[in-house]
Amino acid sequence: MKKSKMYPAYFLIGTLLLFGVLYLLPSILGIGYSFTDWSAYSDEVNFLGFNHMFDNYLKAFSDEKYIRYIGNTLLFTFVTTIVKDVISLALAVLLIRRIKLLNFHRAVLFIPAVLSALIVGMIFRSVLNPEVGLLNSFLRQLGIEGPQWLTNPDIAFWSVMAVDTWKGMGYIMTIFIAGLMSISPTYYEAADIDGAGGWQKFRWITMPMLMPAVTVVTVLNVIYGLRVFDIVYALTNGGPGYATEVLYTGIFKEFGYGKFAMGTTLSTIMFVVMVIVGYFLIRSMSRNEVEE
Amino acid sequence: MRSRKVIGSIGVNIFAWVLSLILITPLILILVNSFKTSTAAAEMNLAIPKVFQFSNYLTVIEKGKLAVSFVNSMIYSVFSVALCTLTSSMAAYVLSRNRCKANKIIYLIIVLGITMPINFIALMKVMQILQIINTKIGIILLYSAIQTPFNVFLIYSFVSKIPRDIDEAAAIDGCSPLRLFFSIILPLLKPVLVTVMVLTFLNTWNEYILPLYYLGNSTNWPMTLAVYNFFGMYFKEWNLVCADIVLTSLPVIIVYILGQRYIVSGMTAGAVKG
Repeated sequence: MKKSKMYPAYFLIGTLLLFGVLYLLPSILGIGYSFTDWSAYSDEVNFLGFNHMFDNYLKAFSDEKYIRYIGNTLLFTFVTTIVKDVISLALAVLLIRRIKLLNFHRAVLFIPAVLSALIVGMIFRSVLNPEVGLLNSFLRQLGIEGPQWLTNPDIAFWSVMAVDTWKGMGYIMTIFIAGLMSISPTYYEAADIDGAGGWQKFRWITMPMLMPAVTVVTVLNVIYGLRVFDIVYALTNGGPGYATEVLYTGIFKEFGYGKFAMGTTLSTIMFVVMVIVGYFLIRSMSRNEVEE
Repeated sequence: MRSRKVIGSIGVNIFAWVLSLILITPLILILVNSFKTSTAAAEMNLAIPKVFQFSNYLTVIEKGKLAVSFVNSMIYSVFSVALCTLTSSMAAYVLSRNRCKANKIIYLIIVLGITMPINFIALMKVMQILQIINTKIGIILLYSAIQTPFNVFLIYSFVSKIPRDIDEAAAIDGCSPLRLFFSIILPLLKPVLVTVMVLTFLNTWNEYILPLYYLGNSTNWPMTLAVYNFFGMYFKEWNLVCADIVLTSLPVIIVYILGQRYIVSGMTAGAVKG
């Protein structure tokens, strides 16, 4: 029987409609809108003209505010990716051995990953409250006066990144634990016989065997970081000033101000970057498939 | 040597407990404070409440209009789960079985959607044209759309593990494509479908960006947005805010406890197995 008859194309209709109309189409339309003056203040949408068609993009890369959004997004992505990778890997390596109630700990560490970022944001607005919050009360008992975690412009963004790490760590660690558990113990036994030390075993067995997991975790963190919105919105909503504003919260603000063309320009910049990242993600994943 | 190992083992165990405590303390803080009086909760500490004020929960349900938003969240989650699971599994099945050139390209574009950001502002325009902005149907369709890429990806790799001989045998017996899919393939997909359903439910329940953009009317708000709005109005009364947070998170925690295996496998599947 012919494949096209056995697996008819009309099975795809639902997905193509949903994905095509509500996901793909806006991204493509958005590219077009980024060359216009579309805003909430006028019913007309005009093309900027050939001489000025890139004006929105020029603005995105020259206006201090937008550069800040882009810079913050990159900083957030860079820092949270590295910190989550390193901490989660260290925890996974430590926790996988000789732990009683490992499943209990794993379950607890995973909980923040399933909670809504909005909820986590509200919880930490309590914990990080400078006067009565749990963290500063604890620090006070140690004789340290904690800072204004979320309202000091020099610290706020780091607090946001720390809370995000708190939320995402358990999930990443779980991936690493799954990766570690798939490494056959015979490698370590052989290394023991050869008299290898702990660091040598980590360096020459664990790391190479874990590389696929590290790659994918890194890509996941990068994708997440570039698209972050929830946790920033819930904790600081971009403030104080623009100190914690990232691209997606910035786009939401442009939307609120009715500056639609600018918002869609920022979205399109993101779109181009993410499609490139996505291409590499798929490549790295299909490579894993081959290795299997 | 042996004693060093024992000490090391105790050390690692203590470390695990400290870590678990760091992660669970903020959650306990919320639970404890949800039973306190307003003045006691203002101190935001971990002390066990002197008086357990269970009425906080009733107050919050009334003032925060939680009944309506609970029903909304349920509607959004249940319908998105049903719609997205159905369309994604049908698509993933055909894309995986018939890997002709067109289907390969379609699959690639859909999976690229895992990383593709949504253009919220242009999406507003599309929703206006379709006249589904500010409607429950619109939000359900959106939730189904944004979760399509990951779900297709998960189901696709599962379908490839089911031998094609089954399809052939059914086709020879004169089974129609629809029947083949619904009565033979779908039951075999059960493990991955449970994962997909649990994850779609959780994601829809937790999400709040789409309602923030596209649901102006508060009667359509899901629980997440309602609790955030409540927080804005009653931020001085932490006992109520905490009770609201507990109520909003409760369904998530219940689903997590019941479906932990499926959640962890689904969320790590893409990463470990590729």
